[in-house]
Amino acid sequence: MNMIQAINSAHHVMMERDDSTVALGEDVGFFGGVFRATEGLQKTYGRSRVFDTPISEGGIMGVAIGMATYGLRPIAEIQFADYIYPGFDQIVSEAARIRYRTAGEWCVPLTIRSPYGGGIFGGQTHSQSPEALFAHIAGITTVIPSNPHDAKGLLISAIESNDPVVFFEPKRIYNGPFDGFFDRPVTPWAKHEASEVPEGHYTVPIGKAAVVREGEQLTILAYGTMVHVALAAAEAAGIDAEVIDLRTIVPVDIEAIEQSVKKTGRCVVVHEATRTAGFGAELAALVQERCFYHLEAPVQRATGWDTPYPHSLEWAYFPGPIRLGTAFKQALED
Amino acid sequence: MPSKTERRSNRPALSLHVPEPEARPGDEVDFSRIEIPAAGSVPRPDVSAPAADTHPLCFTLVRVLDEDGKATGPWDPRLDADTLRRMLKDMLTVRAFDERMFRAQRQGKTSFYMKSLGEEAVAVAAAHALDGEDMCFPTYRQQGLLVARGYPMVEMMNQIYSNRGDRLKGRQLPIMYSDKKKGFFSISGNLGTQYPQAVGWAMGSAIKGDSRIAAAWIGDGSTAEGDFHSAVTFAGVYRAPVILNVVNNQWAISSFSGIAGGELTTFAARAVGYGIAGLRVDGNDALAVYAATRWAADRARSNLGPTLIEMFTYRVEGHSTSDDPNAYRPQGAGRQWPLGDPIERLKRHLVGLGEWDDARHEALTAKVDAEVRAAQKEAEKQGTLVASTIDFPQDVRTMFEDVYEEMPWHLKEQQAQMVAELEAKKK
Repeated sequence: MNMIQAINSAHHVMMERDDSTVALGEDVGFFGGVFRATEGLQKTYGRSRVFDTPISEGGIMGVAIGMATYGLRPIAEIQFADYIYPGFDQIVSEAARIRYRTAGEWCVPLTIRSPYGGGIFGGQTHSQSPEALFAHIAGITTVIPSNPHDAKGLLISAIESNDPVVFFEPKRIYNGPFDGFFDRPVTPWAKHEASEVPEGHYTVPIGKAAVVREGEQLTILAYGTMVHVALAAAEAAGIDAEVIDLRTIVPVDIEAIEQSVKKTGRCVVVHEATRTAGFGAELAALVQERCFYHLEAPVQRATGWDTPYPHSLEWAYFPGPIRLGTAFKQALED
Repeated sequence: MPSKTERRSNRPALSLHVPEPEARPGDEVDFSRIEIPAAGSVPRPDVSAPAADTHPLCFTLVRVLDEDGKATGPWDPRLDADTLRRMLKDMLTVRAFDERMFRAQRQGKTSFYMKSLGEEAVAVAAAHALDGEDMCFPTYRQQGLLVARGYPMVEMMNQIYSNRGDRLKGRQLPIMYSDKKKGFFSISGNLGTQYPQAVGWAMGSAIKGDSRIAAAWIGDGSTAEGDFHSAVTFAGVYRAPVILNVVNNQWAISSFSGIAGGELTTFAARAVGYGIAGLRVDGNDALAVYAATRWAADRARSNLGPTLIEMFTYRVEGHSTSDDPNAYRPQGAGRQWPLGDPIERLKRHLVGLGEWDDARHEALTAKVDAEVRAAQKEAEKQGTLVASTIDFPQDVRTMFEDVYEEMPWHLKEQQAQMVAELEAKKK
């Protein structure tokens, strides 16, 4: 099962279990979504539970919030994370705060799914990684899976959560993990050990990281596509790095981070989003605050550049093993 | 290179039109542009009529009460005297409540207040026309919904004072009430956001096969927000069981309705472009507001889709306690509003029916005033905004509650840090 199929499966499981679960978004109904994540749902659950919406992200978010306050569990797809901005006000000023401003009387059990990140030649409007914007907002949970198993389990957790969850799907790895080298083909998930996805209901807890590679020399903190780049880069650099897949960035699993960095004494944080005020800055600050006396060297960042995402130069924008290798070197040399 | 300002001599220079109201401070009040059709002159389409049949009504004004307070025409809801008296009492209560709370703000007991003077009928009559179970998505000037639904005034005041009794734990600006049981959705300071939410709530009700409908209110100024347009699009597309009210009180703080596009067409006429039913109603006529709301509610309940209703009224007072309307419009403009005062008009109607008189009106006014005063006394026992920070300390730990259903580690840590800060301060 690839990640798209896993996400589709999570929808089926939850829509079957709870008739309050509805799915909406541009093209999600008859067509099943441009990436086919909602394929077959409308046929099974009907047009009033799975439907296409006008091209209006603000409208999608606003009505989904209204549905959630009614008592439904909407799963709203924003076709590309780059299009989430017209719905941003509804997410950060409304969904994020309705529980708080009503002292818990109302809640917004809304899941916002959105394919994000680059690596598919999507240009500057189909490639962005806006997760740090949501990490900054009190009341929002931000989840980013890195493999089909986690994608399904985390999505089920998100749908079951009574809080609004922004669920970013790394579209570069929808079909298989990406090692960061643009000249190599992707290995389909079906040929990958991590692709084993149970058919039925299971959850992966929100807020719990996974150690995907154990090591002693260096801790790499990553999520989404970058988990795979980190693994490939550690391999290529021939270092004994521990790779932590954060899976959730808010709330982040601070215990897993501390435990690893205190063991290795060195840390590199990686993400695809632009560097300045990116989530890597938060990770670096947390590590510095909590592990300073265990650190052997400054925390390093390997990220996208502070430019819009270019189309033809995407391969040079993307933080691949070479950029990570430079960061490893700096973290290990001091 | 020609300079930017250089132009071809045979073409006129382009110029910009920036709307201006008819009168500014120092000018005579000028309401001459207002076209007022005779009460009873506007036809009432059947509830099941095609939306297009309502579209001529978007450019006129549904009125029931004439200049003598007589109910006339097809929109007369023919309410019994008890209902009329209840509406009158609710409107008087809102007015007395506003007056007391406005004064409380001036006395420094709270930070902020917003009156609905002159617009009481918009919320009160709508509340009477809706079912108690219908969900309202109001703006900050629909306190009349809570009053008409019998919400305890002490609760409202506790919220205004952000005191220990404030069920919202001091998190919202005064007047931004919320009560799920009373069908009053939490108010947001970001204008227009509640509009698509109301549509979504109504869609939820329809998805579940429920029979409850939703109603939303937005100001004329906020119809310029994208949320307004996405809400009406979704409402129309899915025929959501929702009533979309635009309260055109003609002022968005200091910007007159022309700045929101009100000079070009009516706000009700927004319905035409979206293909939904639309009505333009005299918002100072409680019977017209009631009749239009009931018409739209019946339509929504019969799966005939949404109705956009422009409640045409005038904001007599300032936007809030923070602005002075005399700085941007002629002094006393509100008192000269040609459609009159909604309370006076309803009173005159009841008197005309032989169901009311000056003595009873005076007694009722005194009664609601006493009720408001008693409520205020009761609420202030739990503190006022200023006193709350000194004499009635709220538990600061609550600041970190309800951000998430379960408090994550980083909030627990920050909560502990804040408690430590306060302990240190005490020493």
